[in-house]
Amino acid sequence: MEDTNHGLDFEAPITALERKIAELESFSAIAEVDLSEEIKKLRTRAERLKTEIYKNLSPWQRVLLARHPLRPPVQYFINLAFTDFVELYGDRCFRDDRAILSGPAKIDGQEVMLIATRKGKTTRERLAYNFGSPHPEGYRKALLKMQLAAKFGLPIISLINTPGAYPGIGAEERGQAHIIAKSIFEMSQLRVPIICIVVGEGGSGGALAIGVGDRFAILENAYFSVISPEGCAAILWKNSSKAPDAAKALKLTSKDLKELGIVDEVIPEPVGGAHRDYKTTAENMKQYILKCLAELRQIPMDTLIQQRYEKYRKIGKFVENNNPASK
Amino acid sequence: MSSGWKGLRNFVFHRKREMPDGLWMKCDSCGNLVYKKVVEEKLQVCPECNFHFSLGIQERLELLIDENGIIEELWPDIESTDPLNFKAVAAYRDKITEAKSQTGLKEAVVVVRGKIEGIEVILGITDSRFIMGSMGSVVGEKIARAVEKAMELKLPLIIVSGSGGGARMYEGSLSLMQMAKTSAALARFDKAGGFYISVLTNPTMAGVMASFAALGDIIIAEPKALIGFTGPRVIAQTIGQELPPGFQTSEFLLEHGLIDRIIDRQHLKGELALLLRYFKR
Repeated sequence: MEDTNHGLDFEAPITALERKIAELESFSAIAEVDLSEEIKKLRTRAERLKTEIYKNLSPWQRVLLARHPLRPPVQYFINLAFTDFVELYGDRCFRDDRAILSGPAKIDGQEVMLIATRKGKTTRERLAYNFGSPHPEGYRKALLKMQLAAKFGLPIISLINTPGAYPGIGAEERGQAHIIAKSIFEMSQLRVPIICIVVGEGGSGGALAIGVGDRFAILENAYFSVISPEGCAAILWKNSSKAPDAAKALKLTSKDLKELGIVDEVIPEPVGGAHRDYKTTAENMKQYILKCLAELRQIPMDTLIQQRYEKYRKIGKFVENNNPASK
Repeated sequence: MSSGWKGLRNFVFHRKREMPDGLWMKCDSCGNLVYKKVVEEKLQVCPECNFHFSLGIQERLELLIDENGIIEELWPDIESTDPLNFKAVAAYRDKITEAKSQTGLKEAVVVVRGKIEGIEVILGITDSRFIMGSMGSVVGEKIARAVEKAMELKLPLIIVSGSGGGARMYEGSLSLMQMAKTSAALARFDKAGGFYISVLTNPTMAGVMASFAALGDIIIAEPKALIGFTGPRVIAQTIGQELPPGFQTSEFLLEHGLIDRIIDRQHLKGELALLLRYFKR
């Protein structure tokens, strides 16, 4: 039987109910019997169940949701929240890295430059996009397009969903570390508003490479972490099956990140997760982007760059001369 | 502020590689048994294969800074807290305490203002033995301050990196964001016309290499250092094949155009001074 829960056991009661509702609906249509009362009751129950279950998810369950195979692929976000997207390829150096998607688009009529990592939906796409893990040429492509945007005053919208920068021989040969550093370095000074949103996985340096800007937000069930929970578990517990413990320790959920002052805002997902309702998710994201654009356009450029600097400058917790300080 | 230097004199050094009789040691790189005294005379370099063993901060300062050339140690009293209350098999707090007592350092980085062949510089050094030289809030803060100090005083900046750990996991995304903090500081320094030499020592990996260590106007490496983004074991696991010999060494990076020069330790100070004279403001 098909695994409709995609390995997410906590979703089982919800998907069971949803299946039941679908069955009743098709039965009532075929048999022409009115089951609307019954269906309505089940719907209410499903809603309540979703709210209940999603309220109490563990950090590890959030990680699984962020990786959910049905989580809206970035192309859907683009189709739902943007218009007139013109994809621009290439890093003008080595090859086109399809893990990165870039090009100008409009949001509510406003011209912006879109930068995104993409994972793909079908197996074929996933292979072509390297499961969302860019190589150096991908970051070089993104940087070129961002510099183009800065030249013409287009604000940059970066949508992040990557397990991380690709760990491979070619990636190292072509300077994975260097291009990530370079990208962060350049983004900190680009003279256009930059809005970055983690929409799925925010995997470490590979996410940060296109994640530096004036606003940094995260979808409710996305995560952002210095290392994957599996990687952390393998190193600190010597056992990657301790990933759930690592996920908890790393404070990687949207709520934790807000409390730590890492993200500016958590963008709400529909009850039951983004994979249940692409449209509402995209709309919430769009509203956030429009709000930020309106705010950021008011700020003189020099002030914006200064504020961006301070935004990162103040992150960190330590004590100095035994006095607690967060700067 | 200048009291830090006296403290630096009291660093404790533990040499893991020491053989039981204390006279011989085994080289990590070529595996040969070498006479310890010779290694020390050669500034902790293997006489057989020229592998450069890690230097502690004290030894590195003695190597690079003129005699009595330390003007001040900067911000010696910044220490890590445990912002996430991180508990794995061992707790982060215990890890810090252990690292402190093992190295005599307060954190993985020391910053000084001092002179190299009479040229005043801001010099930051990370110590790969303090939680693998990884960057948490303190390392990020001190590097950022070092950059800002160099900018304010219009001094050249040198950072000697030794970090196998990259961004420190125990501080989660706070560590990750130090990559942005240090890189952003360097971007401002660059715009202001500052000169920054990054010196890579064994090992310099991950979040450190993917931020301030890769952003030098000139990037120098010591011979045979392990340098890269992802650790070799993870890469081998991911791609399911053995890595080519010499992968991610200084020589590999030079060959691929990723660093500017490899310099033997015995010549490091002289060459740095020469470069500082070429690129002065």
